[in-house]
Amino acid sequence: MRNQQATQLLFELSKPGRRAARYPMADVPDRPLTDLIPEAQLATALPPLPEVTEPDVIRHFVNLSTLNMSVDTHFYPLGSCTMKYNPKRHERLASLPGLVDLHPYQTPAASQGMLQFLYEMQQMLAEIAGLPGVSMQPAAGAQGELTALLVAAQYFRDRGEHRTKVIFPNSAHGTNPASAAIAGFECVQLNQSEGGYVSLPELQSQLNDQTAVFMITNPSTLGLFERRIQTIAKMVHDVGGLVYIDGANMNAILGITRPGDFGGDMMHYNVHKTFTGPHGAGGPGSGPIAVRDFLADYLPGPIVTKEQQPDGTVVYGLKTPSKTIGRMRTFFGNVGILLRGYCYLKTLGAEGVKAVSDNAVLNANYLLQKLKHVLPVPQGERCMHEFVASAQKLKTEKGISAMDIAKRLLDYGFHAPTVYFPLVVPEALMMEPTETESKETLDAFAAAIEQIITEDPERLHQAPFTGPASRPDDLKAGRNPVLKWVAKA
Amino acid sequence: MSYLFNTPEQQQEMLRVCGVDSIETLFSDQVPADLRLNRPLEMPPPLSELELEAELTALAHQNGGASTRTCFLGGGAYDHFIPAAVDTIATRSEFYTAYTPYQAEASQGTLQAFFEYQTLICQLTGMEVSNASLYEGGTSVTEAVSMALRSLNGRRRVVVLGSVHPEYREILVTHLQHLNCELVTIPTPAGVADVAQVKAALNDQTACLVVQQPNFFGCLESAAELMAAAKQAGALGIVSFDPLSLGLLQRPGDYGADIAVAEGQSLGTPLQYGGPYLGILTCREALMRKMPGRLIGETTDRLGKRCFVLNLQAREQHIKRDKATSNICTNQGLLALRATVYMSLLGPHGLREVSELACRKAHYAADQLAKVAGLELMFPQPFFKEFTVRCKGGVDRVLKQAAAAGFDVGPELSRFTWSDGDKLSEGLLIAVTEKRTRADIDRLVESLKMKT
Amino acid sequence: MDRSQLKFAKTDEWLALEGDVATVGITDVAVEALTDLVYLALPTVGKQYKAGTPFGEVESVKAASDLYAPVTGEVIAVNEDLPNNLDWLSADAFGKGWIVKFKVAPGTTLDHLMDAKGYAAYWDTRAH
Repeated sequence: MRNQQATQLLFELSKPGRRAARYPMADVPDRPLTDLIPEAQLATALPPLPEVTEPDVIRHFVNLSTLNMSVDTHFYPLGSCTMKYNPKRHERLASLPGLVDLHPYQTPAASQGMLQFLYEMQQMLAEIAGLPGVSMQPAAGAQGELTALLVAAQYFRDRGEHRTKVIFPNSAHGTNPASAAIAGFECVQLNQSEGGYVSLPELQSQLNDQTAVFMITNPSTLGLFERRIQTIAKMVHDVGGLVYIDGANMNAILGITRPGDFGGDMMHYNVHKTFTGPHGAGGPGSGPIAVRDFLADYLPGPIVTKEQQPDGTVVYGLKTPSKTIGRMRTFFGNVGILLRGYCYLKTLGAEGVKAVSDNAVLNANYLLQKLKHVLPVPQGERCMHEFVASAQKLKTEKGISAMDIAKRLLDYGFHAPTVYFPLVVPEALMMEPTETESKETLDAFAAAIEQIITEDPERLHQAPFTGPASRPDDLKAGRNPVLKWVAKA
Repeated sequence: MSYLFNTPEQQQEMLRVCGVDSIETLFSDQVPADLRLNRPLEMPPPLSELELEAELTALAHQNGGASTRTCFLGGGAYDHFIPAAVDTIATRSEFYTAYTPYQAEASQGTLQAFFEYQTLICQLTGMEVSNASLYEGGTSVTEAVSMALRSLNGRRRVVVLGSVHPEYREILVTHLQHLNCELVTIPTPAGVADVAQVKAALNDQTACLVVQQPNFFGCLESAAELMAAAKQAGALGIVSFDPLSLGLLQRPGDYGADIAVAEGQSLGTPLQYGGPYLGILTCREALMRKMPGRLIGETTDRLGKRCFVLNLQAREQHIKRDKATSNICTNQGLLALRATVYMSLLGPHGLREVSELACRKAHYAADQLAKVAGLELMFPQPFFKEFTVRCKGGVDRVLKQAAAAGFDVGPELSRFTWSDGDKLSEGLLIAVTEKRTRADIDRLVESLKMKT
Repeated sequence: MDRSQLKFAKTDEWLALEGDVATVGITDVAVEALTDLVYLALPTVGKQYKAGTPFGEVESVKAASDLYAPVTGEVIAVNEDLPNNLDWLSADAFGKGWIVKFKVAPGTTLDHLMDAKGYAAYWDTRAH
């Protein structure tokens, strides 16, 4: 039974006079407030926040939480988002006093433990990338992209080169062109592909002395490893450009191959994806970048340093690289998320990290095989950690769209795959099972899809039937945006 | 240990279905042999949960956290009290192991919570629209400036007060340096801006004026006059505010801000060495479609029931790509949730109490510290919960004496780059939250008295 | 409006020229491809635009598109009621769905624009 307090808004629960938090009386001498703050600066009324009790708040939000699907409650094969299990030890460890309560301006002397973990994390990220320079400042993958592009811009400016263009394939995440535009570059999109891979003739036709950076997600959003990546990198390097690897799909290649070894000059990680920082209902992320040695001096600071003192003791410190592009955000970075990633890597070790990719790729290939007879995969028989199936045939023959399948899956107790992305596959269903799912779950998911496509298409257009909502009216939302609750007059 | 499920037998069965004999073949089919890393990664050996906890606990013990020492540190991150109920909700894994609410029907909990967040932030600030969060306070300033540049097409001059957090200003420089615009910083030697001087710097090319209230030094700017000056020049007034000051001070919506942003860490997010924090961004309704970040909207579903969706998505990078309002993809959902619960628990009266306690205690601390030989208030201006002390003869002695007695103060102004650096080198910030007691303050004062 | 009298841009605007006044809108097929429209941003009267530069913006639930001036000129009128009646765009793209009127710059030619037949053929070559 659904509790009323979930469907009501917090504001509708409010009653004047109710209280939750209470604070002690001031223990300093009482003075009129106007002695402290000029009257003109003082508020004339209190902000009209709701007035509720603590039990109100708890029941309301606990009930709201039950309206969500989540990794802890459901299989969540949202392609490109790596919805893997979030180990509970991380939450406890990230809450240890000394870590959770450390002020960002605490002195390095009183932050040695924090700096040691950050230093070790820097080293591990460099090793997994095969790229020596690491900045953990970016708050998310998209900020990592932007940071790296600013590093590239500064590098070229330093060399007296005027390069204005960033190239990317049409299967790229939207963040790639958005970041390039914000960094002040012109965007060049490659529109052809050879079976899901970059078209080398098209790339060649766009490369010239204006090329700054070629951005590529490898494995791609289609779940394909770009086999000719070394050739591609050479083509870009031959015209003096840099190669950027979008690391959104690193879960497929940990310990298998490294961006630095296949020609990448810069890359970002998504710690909340690959290294299981929880997704937090949309974030926080953390998007460290790794770069080649000749770019390391341009990274944003601070970077963690390790020095051996004459007496043998080790001291960790902070420094800003000499030719830095400057700060990207306040303070060090999304340390709380980095800490969870660190705990993960320390738990796994080298073998465990490789086993992640082994099993992520096995699970994806298995699911592909189980589904291909009902949902063809235009890009073929093999994939890395994810694949993109197409409901195009179903749409034409039965009128069942990717969206219908996605919505109906919710009734079967599965979160939907990513739909309608990448744009290059019609009626796309992008599935990423991750390594933390069992064969039984994958079998049940495949069986659900097999069942769904035998259902009445007209009925499918109305799905889901069991959740707290069904087919919200996006048009109404968009035409008359209601972005906050307003008290009824 | 990899949190894996499948037994060796199941793996074999799955490989058979894939038509290969080993996982290795799945890779060798796809990744060219000469690109393979043919050695184990160089990483520390794996640890059990027990070992890991022991190691992390040892590392944590080397740090001077705010729960073991007494924290008077400020500069944009503060040791405010976090009620237990905030953690109870934020550790619900139905929230923290879900992702962006792309499938509205599977995410009504998240969507409604963020809709409530947007509403609470509007109530708190008096602004008309709030997004569902940005990365943190510093980048929010840059996003606000980008919004202004987009909204006032053609105007390329950005005027920022020297009293805005130096790291926020650095971020702005990093982001604007490649774009064709002019960044003008107005010095604030008196600790606050001179309104006449600001007016003179605003012209018909100015897209926006950026003000922090209370400012980095803790002082209160003449926010209303500054916003009015921006308006008069046809520019947008941007303010970076302290959310917990709004139980006491005028709200950005009250004094005419066009865009108001904030670091939301003080709304229920722990210090955790600087992040993840919460970027708040609000604006007037006319600017709604120029906003970066997610927006949640109310609508009805197929059966006419109220529900919530991601709204106005066409602004965002996954649709508009290089023409998007921002490259932001993730938001700070979990921190926005913490802020939502925190604000719900406080209500108007709790908010008032926190604001007032911090303000009263800070003034007591300032009065007492000013009596210590060698210390004085650097700027004789009204302030809220944070103030700048001048340490004659340098800040090092003060930092050391405080630290030795178990107190952390700062940051020292010399940590940052200033255009008028020499004058500020003796400055030290002191922040006082509702958590500090009169006894804490008295002992800090005692520890700073000159040892003879 | 008679489609055969109109001129078309590759960016899916149509144009009807009477004297030195060009009425501009977006084509019916483009409106259909954008699906459910939620927002239209109009330019201000008096503003000058160069041919090929964006003068407005149209958004649907899941897509967004800039509107480009098919000719150089000054905005002399906008369809003020249209943003609140977006259904006019799908119901009558070439009539009630007009968006803006430009006073075209002297010496303007329409040679760079297509006729109805040319536009139909061009539309068919694009993947949708």
